[in-house]
Amino acid sequence: MSMQGVNNEEKIDLTKEEQKKVRARSMKLLGSIIRPVRHRLWVSLILVVFSQALRVALPGVIALVIDKGYPQAIKGDFTMIMWLVGGYLAAAVVSAALIATFVQYAAKINQDIMLALRKRIFGHTQKLSIEFHETYTSGRVISRQTNDLDSIMELLNSGGNEMIAGLLFMIFTAVAMIVLDPQSFLIVLISFIPLWFLTRWFQKNTRTNYRKTRVASAKLIVHFVETMTGIRAVKAFRKEKQNQDKYADLVEDYRDVNAKVIQLFGIFDPGLILIGRIAAAAVLLFGGMRVADGTLGVGVLISCILYVRSFYDPMEQLAMFYNSFQSANSGLEKISGVLEEEPSVAEPETPVALDEPHGHIEFDDVQFAYSNGTEVLPNFSLNIPAGQTIALVGTTGAGKSTLAKLVARFYDPVVGTVKLDDINLRDLSDDALRRAVVMVTQEAYLFSGTVAENIALGKPDATREEVESSAKAVGAHEFISALPDGYDTDVNKRGGRVSAGQRQLISFARAFIADPAVLILDEATASLDIPSERMVQRGLKTLLADRTAIIIAHRLSTISIADRVLVMEHGRIIEDDTPAKLIAGTGKFAKMHKAWRDSLV
Amino acid sequence: MSETTKKTGTIRTLLRIFPYTKSALPRIVLGVFAALGAHMLALQIPSYLKDLVNVFDVTGNSTKQDALNALYPAVIWVLILGALEAVMVLLRRWLVLTPGTHVEANLRRTLYAKLQKLPVSFHDKWPSGQLLSRATQDLSLIRRWLSFGLVLLVANGVTIIVGVAILYSYSWILGSIFLVIVAPLWVIGFRFEKNYHITARKSQDQAGDLATSVEQSVHGIRVLKAFGRGKFITAKFANDAAELRKTELVKAKMVSTLWWALSVIPELALGAALFVGVFLVQSGELTIGGLAAFILTTRVLHWPMDSIGFLLSMTIDARTAVERFFEVIDEPSGLDDPDEATPIEKVEGRLVFEDVHFRYQDAPEGEEDLLRGINLELMPGESVALIGVTGCGKTTLTALATRLYEVTGGSIKLDGVDIRELTVEELRGHVAMAFEDSTLFSASIRENVLLGNPDASEEDLQQALAIAQAQFAYDLPDGLETRIGEEGLSLSGGQRQRLALARAVAAKPALLVLDDPLSALDVDTEAMVEDALRTVLKATTALIVAHRPSTVQLADKVALMQDGRITAFGKHSELLATNEHYRFVISSLDAAGALIEVK
Repeated sequence: MSMQGVNNEEKIDLTKEEQKKVRARSMKLLGSIIRPVRHRLWVSLILVVFSQALRVALPGVIALVIDKGYPQAIKGDFTMIMWLVGGYLAAAVVSAALIATFVQYAAKINQDIMLALRKRIFGHTQKLSIEFHETYTSGRVISRQTNDLDSIMELLNSGGNEMIAGLLFMIFTAVAMIVLDPQSFLIVLISFIPLWFLTRWFQKNTRTNYRKTRVASAKLIVHFVETMTGIRAVKAFRKEKQNQDKYADLVEDYRDVNAKVIQLFGIFDPGLILIGRIAAAAVLLFGGMRVADGTLGVGVLISCILYVRSFYDPMEQLAMFYNSFQSANSGLEKISGVLEEEPSVAEPETPVALDEPHGHIEFDDVQFAYSNGTEVLPNFSLNIPAGQTIALVGTTGAGKSTLAKLVARFYDPVVGTVKLDDINLRDLSDDALRRAVVMVTQEAYLFSGTVAENIALGKPDATREEVESSAKAVGAHEFISALPDGYDTDVNKRGGRVSAGQRQLISFARAFIADPAVLILDEATASLDIPSERMVQRGLKTLLADRTAIIIAHRLSTISIADRVLVMEHGRIIEDDTPAKLIAGTGKFAKMHKAWRDSLV
Repeated sequence: MSETTKKTGTIRTLLRIFPYTKSALPRIVLGVFAALGAHMLALQIPSYLKDLVNVFDVTGNSTKQDALNALYPAVIWVLILGALEAVMVLLRRWLVLTPGTHVEANLRRTLYAKLQKLPVSFHDKWPSGQLLSRATQDLSLIRRWLSFGLVLLVANGVTIIVGVAILYSYSWILGSIFLVIVAPLWVIGFRFEKNYHITARKSQDQAGDLATSVEQSVHGIRVLKAFGRGKFITAKFANDAAELRKTELVKAKMVSTLWWALSVIPELALGAALFVGVFLVQSGELTIGGLAAFILTTRVLHWPMDSIGFLLSMTIDARTAVERFFEVIDEPSGLDDPDEATPIEKVEGRLVFEDVHFRYQDAPEGEEDLLRGINLELMPGESVALIGVTGCGKTTLTALATRLYEVTGGSIKLDGVDIRELTVEELRGHVAMAFEDSTLFSASIRENVLLGNPDASEEDLQQALAIAQAQFAYDLPDGLETRIGEEGLSLSGGQRQRLALARAVAAKPALLVLDDPLSALDVDTEAMVEDALRTVLKATTALIVAHRPSTVQLADKVALMQDGRITAFGKHSELLATNEHYRFVISSLDAAGALIEVK
């Protein structure tokens, strides 16, 4: 099984090769997020080096105080002890100040990394094609950008600083011990053997478990988001109980794997402490014997015991770092999978410029099938001259929406080309394409923010006048003005509730303001009531006068403004003429039109 | 020290979480004792070393044998104490960690249950990202605080107190010096708590907003793609993320300042003690071993004092998380079942709206009610179409019938019983809805369609699919067992709508509520669905929101809504002939005329 992209991302036990591939890509990601800040990491490392060196010097100073300063002071000579205590205080203050600076400096680096990573994933998912989003589901995308990122943040926040600080502290402590008493350090070295075994055990057991927690928490989020998004249906069909049971199961699954991971650490950590304490006792034993022999100073022994004690303290921090590293690593595995996904509709490397789009659209021997194999357009050619308004008619599954999506380049054809002003859509930059082609669908999604902001999404630099005039053009001005804060009403807040029809009017205004050369309306008037639809049509007549339009509508009333009607069936055009001629004829459209006329009364 | 630095605000807020921790509490308390035990053992070690050092004392007169005699027991004691300490740490983790995950799971289930219970009006206001961040980040914060922060805060606090007492036992003068110099930490911690709380809250809220942005960027992906606004929305998101970064940096600054004070001040105290110690040793007040033990003890206290910094910030983070949790839990559920529910004996499906008023809770004051006295009666088996301009309250009215919203005046009765007298469970069993935005769930087609009636037979299922013209479902890769993606995204709008309609039909309700149920269907399919629906509607009471004459014709009667009231009620043809507003709302004739005209 391939582990390319998000394939098999819920697999827990990976084969060696899969493991290698997944690790390579997550380490590559880690490397790429660290690279931009590497110079600052060096600076922070220098801060840490100095602060830890000072911190490590402290017990040594105490040894000097006891072994050298005290005997002299007791004799009445205070010079040395003054110097030593003064030095001790200075070292303590400076080391703490350095560490505090380091903490702030590191926080800045961490936050910069997080910001860059957030932007990168967000931007990347925006680039990925509709096809990806349709199969990957929104809950998973959300999970990648919340929970998985949190695990990396935790690594950076708690782990990063402490690991560097801890590691250096250990190195310096080791150096100090070697200087003070190499034999004591030998004991510490021996203790590394059981440490190694303990760590191996921990590493082996945590990896798969962390992977399980990522999968379990993603499932939790997917279910949560689905419930909250569909809360009306949940309530209306009394799905609460069923949901609660399922959620409880997912919560328990997550709790179970999470508890396992935590318990592993719960054994690992005391294990470290035990090794540390045994080493301390051994240092005391062998050091004490030498003190008894008179070959070692008491002060040195006390320092060594202090050193051994503090030598293992960062071990715990290292363990914690390693722990969050394992957790973050499984987050990285998932995120790097998403980042590895290529948009199936990719932007060209050297786009062809399109300065003044006219809106001439051409389908050249286009074949299209969805990735699951369903063939929609077997062999399709069509020429839409610039400025023409065409209506697409036909039963569900005839390929109307597919045709529209190909023009909007939500998908690329399998064979053949779709051209705008004689340029293959594949050769246009996304910006140029979107400036030229805009599609309005039945699904009129509103983003949180004001009504004006939602309209201005079609043209982010639009003035208030432009926003209002586009709303007026589609007949949305009246109801928007009646909202509590007019155009500044927040669509999620006080009185900002808008009906489905009103939402659709807002999304119409959004398309108006975008002012594209090609406008695609895919069932964009389905939820409108008749008075609104009349308004929209009046607006459309002026709007569509000089641009290309593709209208898909089940209501034949919308078709009245078309220059040309295409009747589609099974991915082929079976009728193609002006509406008047088709109505006058005996074809399918004539029949549909008659049925529709009859339904009006 | 640690406890007293917390203001009642923080303590009181955190105490609210304890009812949810009942089963875990005994083990958490034991865990505190285990942590304390570990610290106490560590504090013992210096006193053994004290005697040893005194025997070793360079100025003393002890022999080598004396020294070794003192050494062996000391080593054994240090070994035993060390091993016991490790056992205590093991015990603490074992005691506390698993119960902590149970508490987290319990809170998570509670939050989810509450959210499912909260009325739709709550969900209208709350972006789901904010809810999600509460259910994930916040709750795991609380868990970590309970099984780590709380335990260590108590244990370390007590350890510091005991440690200071031990310092006193070595020398009251040195102990006092230590205590006096360390005292200002109390004030510093107190100030920190106050300031940090505000920033912590801000950062959690901003994280929730980010989650909301992410959520919307995915759910609105089609619109963003259609307008090519990917870069635009990414830039906006980057802005918000940058705000969060700022807040996090403020937090880091606060923590590092506190941390600085916490690590410098004890060192100052130790330095002073070292210096004063000379005089004490000189005057014979203190032995060298006593001084060494004093120093070692302050070193043992080093970590507990250091740790107060992050434990305090963790506690405050947990406090704000608890606050955010209870913001949801404290919301009134709105729909409590009546104390004594009156079940409907025999359901016939007579639905009566009596002077129904409704306004949204958050509607601005002074604004008129959305519904201003709706009177409408649906006889059993009768179907009524609701007509009115967009935004006039049709959808709201249908939502009232199944108590997705609650009337603010008047009443709705089903078979003579006020629907508030029924349990919600019973009411929603009698009423089935098909919404305009047809929400499907990630489950098989079968499960989706049978959602309202899990016990339905295979025939019922097939019949429902046939009525909704949703036979395409059989042709899907796994037929009716095909799992459709979350929100049914892999299906077309028309397919989703037909499945949602099938779902409402399969529920075999006494009352069927259809909100513009055919808007996404093409003319042919619509005609077929209408024909099939008629048979269902013959036997079922139905309230149908309609925008089209064709949908209107499904119904026996039509109710025209205008200005929050029903202004006309009757047959389609009658109203068409007599009511001008009705003609304005429903008649497409002029549009059709225009078609001929233009060509």
